[in-house]
Amino acid sequence: MPDVTFKVFRGDAKGGQAIDYPVPIAPGMVVLDALHYIQGYLAPDLAVRWNCKAAKCGSCSAEVNGKPALMCKTRLDSLPTGRPITVYPMKTFPVIKDLVCDVSWNYDVNKKIPPYRPAKDGRKIYQEDVDRVQEFRKCIECFLCQDVCHVLREHEKKAEFAGPRFFVRLAGLEMHPNDITDRSEFLKNSSGLGLCNITKCCTEVCPEEIHITDNAIIPLKERVADRFFDPLRWVFAKIFGRK
Amino acid sequence: MEKTVAPAAMVKFGTTQRKDAWWAAPTATVAVLTLFVIYSMVRAFENNYYIAGPYLSPFYSPLLLFDWWPLSPAFLILWAPAGFRFTCYYYRKAYYRAYAAHPFACAVGEPHRDYQGETKLFLFQNLHRFFLYAAVVVLFFLWHDVIKAFSFGGHFGMGFGTLVLLVNTVLLSGYTFSCHSFRHFVGGNVDCFSCAKAGRVRFKLWKGVSSINEHHMLWAWTSLFAVMAADLYVRLVACGAIHDLRIF
Repeated sequence: MPDVTFKVFRGDAKGGQAIDYPVPIAPGMVVLDALHYIQGYLAPDLAVRWNCKAAKCGSCSAEVNGKPALMCKTRLDSLPTGRPITVYPMKTFPVIKDLVCDVSWNYDVNKKIPPYRPAKDGRKIYQEDVDRVQEFRKCIECFLCQDVCHVLREHEKKAEFAGPRFFVRLAGLEMHPNDITDRSEFLKNSSGLGLCNITKCCTEVCPEEIHITDNAIIPLKERVADRFFDPLRWVFAKIFGRK
Repeated sequence: MEKTVAPAAMVKFGTTQRKDAWWAAPTATVAVLTLFVIYSMVRAFENNYYIAGPYLSPFYSPLLLFDWWPLSPAFLILWAPAGFRFTCYYYRKAYYRAYAAHPFACAVGEPHRDYQGETKLFLFQNLHRFFLYAAVVVLFFLWHDVIKAFSFGGHFGMGFGTLVLLVNTVLLSGYTFSCHSFRHFVGGNVDCFSCAKAGRVRFKLWKGVSSINEHHMLWAWTSLFAVMAADLYVRLVACGAIHDLRIF
């Protein structure tokens, strides 16, 4: 079996370096298999977070050849041959050790989102009412979208920007047929929705292929425009007394 | 062993570990959009060769000629489609990446640290829906031009120019009605289709618009090329460089 060189980041929050590991490859291998080989035979102290190895738990997020990806879903035959393969931790989050990051900031953001509040009239929900929302439920919280988003990655606006993962959650709540919470103010002022410039990197890296930008972020921007930037709608509401 | 910097230090423009041609798409976008803007400006300022037989250039449609307007009549029209494209959610992605490099490509370092996104001055992007309304009005006139392009001296006929204008208007219609704001307008703003007035109809409309919205980028580029080609064809026929091929 031919060997491929893996350049794997080793280090912690203070810094580190990429170390070369030759790994024998076999048909069907994914990057996580290679890291397991490295752990098993070359560097037992290599820290890697993983769980299901089936692209469903969202644990093994990293940057393979510079692109945010799930290591368990990145086949070696999809990468250019004849060159070393780089594996780095997600850049947006602080490194704990090697490929393991501290993603706890995301859970803090999640707590700030106004929760689901059901209508009291006990509406019956039909399939057409939940078609849109079901897509958002596919999210596995791998945080690759948060990692690639330049607002967080390059501009480090964690204090004022929720990030694509939480716009997906917000869209799921906002479009829920039975939810009555008004999140317009939160979307405009607290979530930092206006900082998103819809460059779709989040959509490109989503392993669940959620159309984050088209189906979550842009509809949220349109709802904010309805509420705050549409004088015609305001006049219409005044005349006909509708929201 | 190769020493590298820690990931957090990757901040310079173009810094990335990506090994693909990440620069290709934004570079092509700069080239094509710049070419289009230059061409459309030249044609708008030219103020000539916009009518050829039954054909009217889409850059000058509807043709508004007023004594009080000293400039080319194209400027009375072009603000609408230009504003529609400039505030379009797809083109925003394209030019934020290609011209502003925010970001030039995903997971590639950016040139400047100051970033405000679509806040402050860029709040004007929220006017997209109003440019959509204007673009729909212009589209109505473009379809009127297509119908007129089937009339040769009062007789029904078809030339190659008719086909060019027809294809252009179909593509512009696809682009306009696959717009994200239109999708929101027809049903995207509804939370409960089964409880809303005309909810079933709105759901079907929303589903229909969503299906073409998936290809909004394709509509955006094909309609951009088509409108340039249609104008160029009318210009070439009008100035006598080529003759319109009469099909029947």
